[in-house]
Amino acid sequence: MGIKILTEHINVPGIETLEVYRKHGGYKSVEKALKTMSPDEVVEEVKTSGLRGRGGAGFPTGMKWSFLAKPEGVPRYLVCNADESEPGTFKDRWFMEKNPHALVEGMITSSYALGANTSYIYIRGELLFVLRILEKAIAEAYAAGLLGKNILGSGYDLDLHVAPGGGAYICGEETALLESLEGKRGNPRNKPPFPAVKGLYASPTVVNNVETIASVPWIVNNTGAEYAKVGIGRSTGTKLISASGNINNPGVFEIELGVPVEEFIYSDQYCGGVWKGKQLKAVVPGGSSVPILPANLILKTAAGEDRLMTYESLSDGGFVSGSMLGSGAFIVFDEDQCIVRNTWNYARFYHHESCGQCSPCREGTGWMEKVLHRIEYGHGHQQDIDLLVSVAKQIEGNTICPLGDAAAWPVASAVRHFRDEFEWHIKHPKEATAPGAVYRGQLAEITA
Amino acid sequence: MAETINEVKFSDAAMAEIQRYISHYPEGRQKSALLPILHIAQAEFGGWVSPEVMDKVAEILNIKPIEVYEVATFYTMFNLKPVGKHVLEVCRTGPCCLRGADQMIDMIKQKLNIEEGETTADGMFTLKPVECLASCGSGPMLQVRELYYENIDSEEKLDQFLEMMRNKEHETPTWAK
Repeated sequence: MGIKILTEHINVPGIETLEVYRKHGGYKSVEKALKTMSPDEVVEEVKTSGLRGRGGAGFPTGMKWSFLAKPEGVPRYLVCNADESEPGTFKDRWFMEKNPHALVEGMITSSYALGANTSYIYIRGELLFVLRILEKAIAEAYAAGLLGKNILGSGYDLDLHVAPGGGAYICGEETALLESLEGKRGNPRNKPPFPAVKGLYASPTVVNNVETIASVPWIVNNTGAEYAKVGIGRSTGTKLISASGNINNPGVFEIELGVPVEEFIYSDQYCGGVWKGKQLKAVVPGGSSVPILPANLILKTAAGEDRLMTYESLSDGGFVSGSMLGSGAFIVFDEDQCIVRNTWNYARFYHHESCGQCSPCREGTGWMEKVLHRIEYGHGHQQDIDLLVSVAKQIEGNTICPLGDAAAWPVASAVRHFRDEFEWHIKHPKEATAPGAVYRGQLAEITA
Repeated sequence: MAETINEVKFSDAAMAEIQRYISHYPEGRQKSALLPILHIAQAEFGGWVSPEVMDKVAEILNIKPIEVYEVATFYTMFNLKPVGKHVLEVCRTGPCCLRGADQMIDMIKQKLNIEEGETTADGMFTLKPVECLASCGSGPMLQVRELYYENIDSEEKLDQFLEMMRNKEHETPTWAK
């Protein structure tokens, strides 16, 4: 199974309480960092670790931290992005629910490294039940002197609060999140200035994903160099993968980066294979916004090499034949799933979630939904396929935030890899709209 | 005007919770507590926020009513019209659909004889399909108030769920206990 950096104790009964958490080595990193290390030394360890942002973008965390502006007399903030809303992703929710103190510990150690005296965990509004769990853990940490004034006698002060969202995917984008945290609509901000210079309340701010922050204690306890030994190349450490769709064992798995995709799908340690003995048709490996790949291209790269669960291997081939690790949301499609219907579903999602600020996204996502809907329901025209590609292209790169790209990529990749399935829907609307009908023309080719 | 606003009255427990949230933010940044307060308001006043409730929230935060309206209309969790006792927030996004969410939504419509966004004649249920709730490994699923109900993957389980909800009172929010 490999090393467990995040989940070693996650199934210990009572781990959500401070007492049990501490019995299993909890809060050691706070002790070590605050008493024996300077903030910059913590930042250096994180840089050395090669840890990359686990929310989806994969940006090196240590580098992000080192960009934080430090003007005199201005407060700095650390904000944890717990707005997990990318379809297919449920690792952060699972992790916080089971082991809330691990996030609280990461927040303390990371806030110390950044010189923040007030930090926030912004959690999606639907997860109020997780907010209650986190608030309970935070109250325990205050009572134990791990939060508040003069933590463990170190002279360092930190207040930590949890703030709920209100149901908006866009607030996972860091500047929209900050707007929301300020009590406003979640409209992303223009960059620059970046949050590292002007973030929350126009003060220097770092926004990091739950899993990223939860990885910091292990790095502090064991050194960044040890962390960098786990994984392959620039994909260091472990990753929580949310596995969903048509598999035997859906759930969250902590993997050492570098596990072969084939092993991840078929091993009983992980997904346990495609359910009901069916064939694999396609996989979306990193959350709904990354390109979908047919079975042959998810198992092997275009060059015929085994595809691995790493940032580099999953994106091998670029958007022609590759995808992305993204947030680690691994969505598996069996042979009975309709790619057109799924693409329409995602398009509807992005149309629903577009904040409406940029015309290409606001209008384009609506057009993609409409055109995909008519193809799915038997009213498509032959030119619709090229129309979809054209609309996707006009959104991509033309918006303030990446939601536009996230909306365009699934559509563009579905047409790229499953064009004949779209054509079949348009040419044979009667067959395609019959109950339970699925295009199977590709299966032989996909599995060859 | 002041009299109209005064008709909306939060309970003491709710006001204490509101003050606790306001205290989390720096001086002068009390508007940051708007979303948590809207959640509290919705739980206090029957699962939705009326213009009067929003005006009261604006008064508490010392901001303009429009600042509350523009936020309440942006975020999908806030219901702006009266709803049934139980709002069934069913996930309709891709990963849940791979495990049968479309069929589950159709069954709910049939069994309750309502369409999306509608409330049953007896005021018991409102059907509100929503986007991904971060429960993709345990779909089909739905949320009612603060709780998740997962793996509702057969008609039998759906029937059991609806029957249970018919006899269920809302959980008291933690802050009101």
